Amino acid sequence: MGQITLNQVRKSFGEVDVIPGIDLSVEDGEFVVFVGPSGCGKSTLLRLIAGLEDTSGGVIAIDGMDATDLPPAKRRLAMVFQSYALYPHMSVRKNIAFPLKMAGMDPAEQERRVSHAAKILNLGDYLDRRPGQLSGGQRQRVAIGRAIVREPAAFLFDEPLSNLDAALRVSMRQEISELHQTLKTTMIYVTHDQVEAMTMADKIVVLNAGRIEQVGSPMELYRSPANLFVAGFIGSPKMNLIDGAEAAKHGATTIGIRPEHIDIGGEGPWEGVVGLSEHLGSDTFLKVNAGALGTLTVRASGEVMMHHGDSIRMSPQPGKILRFGADGKAMA
Amino acid sequence: MATAHSRTAARLMLSPAVILLLLWMIVPLGMTLYFSFLRYNLLMPGMETFVGFENYYYFVNQPAFWSALSNTLILVLGVLCITVIGGILLALLLDQPFWGQGIVRVLVIAPFFVMPTVSALVWKNMFMNPVNGMFAHVAKALGLQPYDFLSHAPLASIILIVAWQWLPFATLILLTALQSLDREQQEAAEMDGAGWMQRFVYLTVPHLTRSITVVILIQTIFLLSVFAEILVTTNGGPGTASTNLTYLVYAQSLLNYDVGGGSAGGIIAVILANIVAIFLMRMIGKNLEA
Amino acid sequence: MARKASNTSKAVVTIAAWSIGFLIFFPILWIIILGFKSEADAIKTPLQVLFSDWTLRSYHDVQERSNYGRHFWNSVILSVGSTVIALAIAIPAAWSMAFVPGRRTKDLLMWMLSTKMMPAVGVLVPMYLLFRDFGLLDSRIGLVGVLTLINLPIVVWMLYTYFKEIPGEILEAARMDGASLKSEILYVLTPMAVPGIASTMLLNIILAWNEAFWTLQLTTSQAAPLTQFIASYSSPEGLFYAKLSAASTMAIAPILILGWFSQKQLVRGLTFGAVK
Repeated sequence: MGQITLNQVRKSFGEVDVIPGIDLSVEDGEFVVFVGPSGCGKSTLLRLIAGLEDTSGGVIAIDGMDATDLPPAKRRLAMVFQSYALYPHMSVRKNIAFPLKMAGMDPAEQERRVSHAAKILNLGDYLDRRPGQLSGGQRQRVAIGRAIVREPAAFLFDEPLSNLDAALRVSMRQEISELHQTLKTTMIYVTHDQVEAMTMADKIVVLNAGRIEQVGSPMELYRSPANLFVAGFIGSPKMNLIDGAEAAKHGATTIGIRPEHIDIGGEGPWEGVVGLSEHLGSDTFLKVNAGALGTLTVRASGEVMMHHGDSIRMSPQPGKILRFGADGKAMA
Repeated sequence: MATAHSRTAARLMLSPAVILLLLWMIVPLGMTLYFSFLRYNLLMPGMETFVGFENYYYFVNQPAFWSALSNTLILVLGVLCITVIGGILLALLLDQPFWGQGIVRVLVIAPFFVMPTVSALVWKNMFMNPVNGMFAHVAKALGLQPYDFLSHAPLASIILIVAWQWLPFATLILLTALQSLDREQQEAAEMDGAGWMQRFVYLTVPHLTRSITVVILIQTIFLLSVFAEILVTTNGGPGTASTNLTYLVYAQSLLNYDVGGGSAGGIIAVILANIVAIFLMRMIGKNLEA
Repeated sequence: MARKASNTSKAVVTIAAWSIGFLIFFPILWIIILGFKSEADAIKTPLQVLFSDWTLRSYHDVQERSNYGRHFWNSVILSVGSTVIALAIAIPAAWSMAFVPGRRTKDLLMWMLSTKMMPAVGVLVPMYLLFRDFGLLDSRIGLVGVLTLINLPIVVWMLYTYFKEIPGEILEAARMDGASLKSEILYVLTPMAVPGIASTMLLNIILAWNEAFWTLQLTTSQAAPLTQFIASYSSPEGLFYAKLSAASTMAIAPILILGWFSQKQLVRGLTFGAVK
């Protein structure tokens, strides 16, 4: 239940090859996140899996069966859209019951499932309201409720949190993760926000221009990015990338070191002048002009009283320097 | 979001509309073109002969043609002037805050919804009639001679009637455009030091220009075919003083029973309208999102 | 601007606006008033008219002498009939253009609109002859057909704009929820499109009711709608002010009321989207 395989799946729009060819395997019960910059094809890939777009080539298999030519209704997948796509003329109850009605389920059973979903998602008080009368977060939950009642093989989420404000995003993110723990159903989640990816995923698929750059667990991607793109994408603030003489010292074309892996003070090998300093209380971020090394971002724990114009010495932590060759790929 | 089988369904659903409009376009127009090359009079059926461009020649060379053409243009331009200028002023007025906005809007919009025959007859009899009309009563009360509008100034009277009908349309369009003015842009300009006049000239007028163009083009299309008002008030007279191209074709075809000549006139009217339509299509094309 | 206008300027504008509004509306007001007067009173000076007795005599006479009811009924049949048929043809067409657009959809739409711009007089002769030869002159069926055709472009256009406003994602959600095409149209699309369809219907009824070219050319008495009926009052025998006013009031009242509700639709439908 909920095992999805993609075999050389391709998608072109006219002359443009949006997805040149993807192989991917999603295991039953996994929380997989497709992440990447705008236009990388992650939403397109999701829609191909959903059946809302036809593939231009390749095979999509769901639980061992070839689903490539099946219409969305027959794939037993449920989708939560970015704009929620609730039916504005139906009450919350009818919205959630709609898929069950389409499946011809008997009304008593429909009611039972709707109440169950409403309980899980805390929607009991809103069942008779219309979507127009709900807040963003509530609408989000109704959309999820509509997906849950179908007891699908897998859930598909298309950037569901983009339209919410920052605080709500954090709490909804956690709710979705908890939902996954409760239901244990496969979830495929698309986002451009790498924080969401890192916190929610069992497995992350990093996409760039229609190609998979790397597939792995969050920590794998953090510790061992396969190439420069993944290295620069995962982790906030971005990894520092240094080329030139300093990189050559380590036998690479480019070296990378994360801001949190640079210690300050003492007799460190690198020196520079602080340009911008950001004090968050819990952390301090410093943007340092380090001459030949370029501009480095350094993260220091706690409150560090360094400001614009101060001199600073930095040491990279041993073993945390990542090396990349001329082709952009990681070196062993 | 289109898949293979929704495409065929779509084509099927489009066909009735497309076929009907295609037939509507081609068949009657084709027939008019055909008739225009015949000498065909309804009083002498069965004696049609092919005469080439003779009908066109006679149609264009009758004295009534040039006066009809100029009347058509005067009518269109006259109504346009009154409605566009009046519309802009009215829209500016109605855009200001005042008490009872909703009701005044209803009052101003109303004439557009009155059917042309009613408007024309009401103006003709109750206002312009030199014996019993309201203008006559007012003139007498002021010690003046009542003026026979429809006999002495037929075209101008018709312009007045048609303008009364179309002023609401222009006002409504321009008011809608005014109300869609970007308030933030106005505020930004005010902070930049622009006074009321400058904001009007540099922000409001450019925004309105597009709507004014639309109003002019759309009204022109409809004004070229003014008919009912003429039929009901002056019947094109006195003589041909208030005959426009549409009325002339009507008179020739159905009053003189000259189908051949009337058809030629009809084709000429179509050509005139097409020239205007080309401009209109270019304008709309910029705004259609498909 | 969010600041309040001064009360004096507001008062000045109020007076100006009401005066102009009253002036513009006056002819209509006058028609309504005269309809309630006797013939003798109706031709007196304005002040005298205002203060004379009100009566329903003229309304009564119009009904009695001229079978007003039949013409009213004809107007209803022609406007509602042509609207219903136009909708039946236009809804599927607009659906396909809005939801399954092709490369030439935009051109197709523009072409349809262009058919509205053809001057009626250009096809007057063949239409008249065709109607005559097929026995359609002065028939309601024939006229319903013509009215449908001349307004079809606007109906398609308006429905298209309303359909485009329905978010595609909602229809996709319906598909994911297992809805067949029929269910999608029945349970999701139509309820959401109903306001748009109603607005289009309203505008089309108004346009068809007031149509004053084909209704004048192709009908005489049997199928004559109100436009033709009123036009027949233009001959000298028809010069009875009070009755004319009563007949006119009845002819325009329904549309004045409907028109009040359809201002937005008017802008959308007749400017072809160039003004928002």
